[in-house]
Amino acid sequence: MSENVYIAGIGVISAIGSNIAETLQALENHRAGMGAITTLDTIHRERLPVAEVKFNNEILAKLTGLPATVSRTALLSMMAAQEAWEDAGVNELTGLRTGFISANTVGGMDKTEDFFSGFLENPQNGGRLRDVVHHECGSVTELVADRLGIKHLVTTVSTACSSSANSIFFGARLIKHNKLDVVIAGGADAITKFTINGFNTLQILDEQPCTPFDEHRKGLNLGEGAGYIVLVSEKLAKKLPKDCYCRLSGYSNANDAHHQTASSPDGKGSYLAMKNALKQTGLQPSDIDYINLHGTGTANNDISEGIAIQRLFDPHYPKMSSTKSFTGHTLGASGGIEAVFAALAIKHGIIYPNLRLTTKMEALPFTPEKFFLKNQQVRHVLSNSFGFGGNCSSLIFSTA
Amino acid sequence: MKLYIQATGNISPQNTLGQPTLPANLSEYNTNRLYSIEPDYSKLIDVKLIRRMSRIIKMGVAAALQCLQEAGVENPDAIITGTAYGCLEDTGVFLQKMVQNKEEMLTPTAFIQSTHNTIGAQIALLLKCHGYNNTFVHRGFSFESALLDAIMLLEEKTVSNVLIGGVDEITDFSFGITSRFGLFKKNINSNLNLFDTPSKGTIAGEGAAFFLLNNHPSQKDYALLDGVSTFYKPIDLEETEHHIQSFLSEQSISMNDIDLVLCGRNGDSIGDKVYDDLNERLFEQSLITNYKHLCGDYPTSTAFALWLAAGIIKSGSVPEALMKAPKNDIKRILIYNHYQKIHHSLMLVSTC
Repeated sequence: MSENVYIAGIGVISAIGSNIAETLQALENHRAGMGAITTLDTIHRERLPVAEVKFNNEILAKLTGLPATVSRTALLSMMAAQEAWEDAGVNELTGLRTGFISANTVGGMDKTEDFFSGFLENPQNGGRLRDVVHHECGSVTELVADRLGIKHLVTTVSTACSSSANSIFFGARLIKHNKLDVVIAGGADAITKFTINGFNTLQILDEQPCTPFDEHRKGLNLGEGAGYIVLVSEKLAKKLPKDCYCRLSGYSNANDAHHQTASSPDGKGSYLAMKNALKQTGLQPSDIDYINLHGTGTANNDISEGIAIQRLFDPHYPKMSSTKSFTGHTLGASGGIEAVFAALAIKHGIIYPNLRLTTKMEALPFTPEKFFLKNQQVRHVLSNSFGFGGNCSSLIFSTA
Repeated sequence: MKLYIQATGNISPQNTLGQPTLPANLSEYNTNRLYSIEPDYSKLIDVKLIRRMSRIIKMGVAAALQCLQEAGVENPDAIITGTAYGCLEDTGVFLQKMVQNKEEMLTPTAFIQSTHNTIGAQIALLLKCHGYNNTFVHRGFSFESALLDAIMLLEEKTVSNVLIGGVDEITDFSFGITSRFGLFKKNINSNLNLFDTPSKGTIAGEGAAFFLLNNHPSQKDYALLDGVSTFYKPIDLEETEHHIQSFLSEQSISMNDIDLVLCGRNGDSIGDKVYDDLNERLFEQSLITNYKHLCGDYPTSTAFALWLAAGIIKSGSVPEALMKAPKNDIKRILIYNHYQKIHHSLMLVSTC
């Protein structure tokens, strides 16, 4: 039960790169992924920028071996999970109990949308059934688990924008409870018309590239992608040919219990998630070297998260940034993608910039980093993921 | 560590809410779609809030509140939900308007209530519960994954009780679509005769069953929850048997120690062959009964099965409505279900 859980492999795909190397380069070069919508036929195309993965489904299908007709979320999930799995080099070892714990928010909704117009016109025969067969969140996970050949434990978490932070720490606990030896954990989400229109009705989408933690921030940009980490037990970590990236040293999940979509003014849920994650590690707030902020860029999230950070960290603020200024808000994938960023920050001693930040938030005493920093001492990273329904989760990654 | 099922709340196609076990008078349906019997929600939920809730949210919240009321617990330490399909009604409403209005003139209500974690979130919001809150959405493993999470939390001793439930709804859209996949029987004279004439397909069901699990005993406890296990796409019967046997040996018991096997038979001749084969082999000496003729088939129906098993353990006997020659002295029940031969799961409950 007290065993450490290590991160042995990482994989990522987002608007700033289709693998770890491309992603690192984009981060270092301050290259954000926002642009016009190209993959979806939507009336918002001219108005709302999004952070799209640059490959179409046919290319993703070729790269993953999955059919091009399945949900884009499954294709993105496979890209990153495959990279993480190969990176870990665990597949050479046989006889291991392996799990795939994934997360997403709308399953195969991109295909369900295609199905629905035909279905509404003719409920008996309209729409192709192959477009709706993978509608369920869990079905998207299974397409990838089957392709990876993992079957010991397969499941899916969905807690809105904190989904993959929760899948990661559920995976870690399965290892600690000696139910599994290895877990690929994280999440994926493709941009869909359903989510674009949903967030649009809430009027929290920025019509320009988003500016998280800026006094004049106007909202978020939707993004898409996937991020997975390979978690291994301490025993297995010692047998692997290369060093692990880091440990998952702390995690916590709390509920804000304030409003279905809005965060509380005092950031109760996010404060509890961060505080309890720290408590688990036995660290002091001043031990944290970097916070990867949830930082969506909405007026509500950033002030609520900022106040929670102030309550916990004042007066010793670690370096901070929202990498959603690069990737957009990738919803169910964000916790996974940002876990990969945390592992890279520790391994390479780097801190990411919070792009396009021009005016410090008046209500907060701190300013996120504006530049990519190298040669930093990064021992402990706190990663925040908060979602609709008050679901707040924090993860802490520490040097191996 | 012993884990106690302290209280339950179950809304299903039978009259189960507030009942410790199956009522003597079963509800009979002559269609292939079974509807949950919805209670007068105003007895459990603030009327102003009810108006904004979709059917699945009402069912989930009411079953959860009923469970807490029975336990005499105001605020649980954690809330964990399993739902395969999530909030289908709100999803369908938003999707339909989006398609028909060509993305114009949409309102946020259906969207914000369409996320899969809405039920768990609404319960937390009503109770002002800031504790651990998670939602699993993995088809026929949704409820079992939630249960696994709950068991681990209780074993970690970070919480002393967990409110956990399995919830799924059928909507006209979802029933229309799943029917096109040929999942359901065409002619049904009675759900209660579901197993009499085997044929292709099953009957659709829905429901919301919540439980309060506690790592301390109370006067009210139904049963002990001894374990849960899932296995995915077993290749053959041998693999299935192997999983069942290892699950039992982990509990240091064998099939001889099982007083009743509660099976997820659903009337579909192809899927039910798995149960037929087991009945001739591993379950040969066991007392066996089924539950899906009562609640219909749906991915989280195992939550209904756990409710039924907990009630049988508490009373010690199988209700007459379930088995014509009633059996007494039931101390340990194995629940075995497979959902579409893909998701296989086991749960073990025993007397406290």
